[in-house]
Amino acid sequence: MRHALTLGIGPATFRIGSEWGQPIDQLSALYAAYPQDAAAVADYTVRLEPAGPLRRWWRPSVRIAGDHMLPDAAPMALRHGLLAAEMGMNLQMALGWRRHLLIHASSVEKDGRALVMTGESGSGKSTLAALLGERGWRFMGDEFALLDLSDGGVHPFPRLVSLKNAAIEAMRAEVGDSARFGPLLEDTPKGAIRHLVPPADAIARMREAAVPALLLFPRYGVARDVRPVGQGEVFMRLTQASTNYVALGEEGFEALHRFVTEVPALAIDYESGDEAAAMIDELWSALP
Amino acid sequence: MSARALVALLRDPVRASALAESEWNGIISAARAERLLGTLAVRLEGVDVPDPVSAILADAQLDAEREKRIALWEANRAAAALAPLGLEPILLKGAAYAAAGLRAGKGRMIGDLDILVPRDRLDEAEAALLAAGWEWVKPDPYDDAYYRRWMHELPPLIHRERDRMIDVHHTILPLTARPRPDAAALITQSVELGGGLLVLSQEDRVLHAVAHMMADGDLSGGLRNLWDIRCLLADIEDKSALDRRAAHHGLTAHLARARRLVAHVYGDGLRLTFADRLFVRRLLSRDAWGQDSRKWLGLAFYIRSHLLRMPPLMLMRHLWTKWRKGHRPA
Repeated sequence: MRHALTLGIGPATFRIGSEWGQPIDQLSALYAAYPQDAAAVADYTVRLEPAGPLRRWWRPSVRIAGDHMLPDAAPMALRHGLLAAEMGMNLQMALGWRRHLLIHASSVEKDGRALVMTGESGSGKSTLAALLGERGWRFMGDEFALLDLSDGGVHPFPRLVSLKNAAIEAMRAEVGDSARFGPLLEDTPKGAIRHLVPPADAIARMREAAVPALLLFPRYGVARDVRPVGQGEVFMRLTQASTNYVALGEEGFEALHRFVTEVPALAIDYESGDEAAAMIDELWSALP
Repeated sequence: MSARALVALLRDPVRASALAESEWNGIISAARAERLLGTLAVRLEGVDVPDPVSAILADAQLDAEREKRIALWEANRAAAALAPLGLEPILLKGAAYAAAGLRAGKGRMIGDLDILVPRDRLDEAEAALLAAGWEWVKPDPYDDAYYRRWMHELPPLIHRERDRMIDVHHTILPLTARPRPDAAALITQSVELGGGLLVLSQEDRVLHAVAHMMADGDLSGGLRNLWDIRCLLADIEDKSALDRRAAHHGLTAHLARARRLVAHVYGDGLRLTFADRLFVRRLLSRDAWGQDSRKWLGLAFYIRSHLLRMPPLMLMRHLWTKWRKGHRPA
């Protein structure tokens, strides 16, 4: 491939190749503080290929390929190349990672203890983690929480935060440094997207795990409420939120069982980021 | 070319300790693309490799073990579905290698479950599988009719709960292919494994793999198929019995080519013909990014696979039908 970059994010190393320079230049700038050792052995290879014979030049269009691929993934416009690279890396983790139980969740840490947030797309888990990351918590990841198979700890995977639509303005107001934002990607399949570089301490401590202390199922846009969630329901929802629970077999079951029985779980409804942050502070200080 | 580095390592695993870290990325990508990473992991057991590589290989071994477990369970379910008919399925390919504990099965990825049943019992077998939860996946009537009239297997079925595919064969090559293997002999010579399962005889296992690779298909995934053949050939006790069996099935030339390719790619080398060299170029076309670097050659083999499969007039009609339905070569 003409352009390439090797990136370390949390415990994983990615090799990203592209036929175009632009996505690699953008990645390399946004991930400047992450390990970029071109000689490192990569866990996964991601390729950004032209979607057809002429598509490198004419209406350039990117196909996301690599070690693990989705057969029918729709090609993307080259101006969304950065998003294609991010999706390519996520796909490798979702389909290939076996060293932790992978849960589709965001996480933040304080005093060595982790708050894990999971929910459907649009629940606000990603934005909440980014917000808390600017307000005294250590940001650990907005996409995947990695559960240790032997000691149950949560490992960070702090890739760029993917801010969507209204969350972009909300985080622009929160983060003073505009250099931490990537280009605004308009009209993507998920609307407007803008990437945010995590805070420096999140990157510096990206191999540092934390003990899970609270699991939240946030829901944005509903009047304030807090409800307990039973262990059976938590277990079922997390099996659905995990991409490798089945592949890990008994080890995955043990890790999830341990998480569900040891970590208290609550559903919270909220109407603004400030409200959620206040609720979380309250719940956090009430923990034993 | 990374496919070349990959096969060198499969041939001679101790070379691994002399590799530079930077060479591994290409090898791992090529191995994943060829579905040989689990096989490579098994080959490299006990060889000193960098830590990040050994973590990747450990993952691949874990995946291969899971695949094997699932494949054996699928075989067990198929056997249970067919048992009331007094029919014992003959396992083919990956599931057979796993069930029989063959070296070809070590670390191997196993996709669909392939089984062989006598052609005159195909309808009963299909009905029993449908009753046990398998469903058709080819809703197109042309495809369905094509399979039933010309192929060596039923249209693929998928189990509605376990989401696993089964291919029910009645012979080992499409009916339109030039060689016509003796399906009845495959069945009478099959070997009992216990648990209501059978596998082909030692010789027929080799010849099925050879027929599948040399006389059918476009050689995609060919490196893995050739590795299977290498392992199966190594298990053969009586070479002349294999030769006689190949002649019986009309596969003598195919077996000879397979032996030359195995010796060239995974062994100490053997004189190649001009056509063999094209096969080798096609087999070793993965580059350091896991991409097919010889697309034109792939296309040529794709065309060849169709010419092998049917006579020209029938092929034209087939391609015209598929084209109208919007199908394009990959």
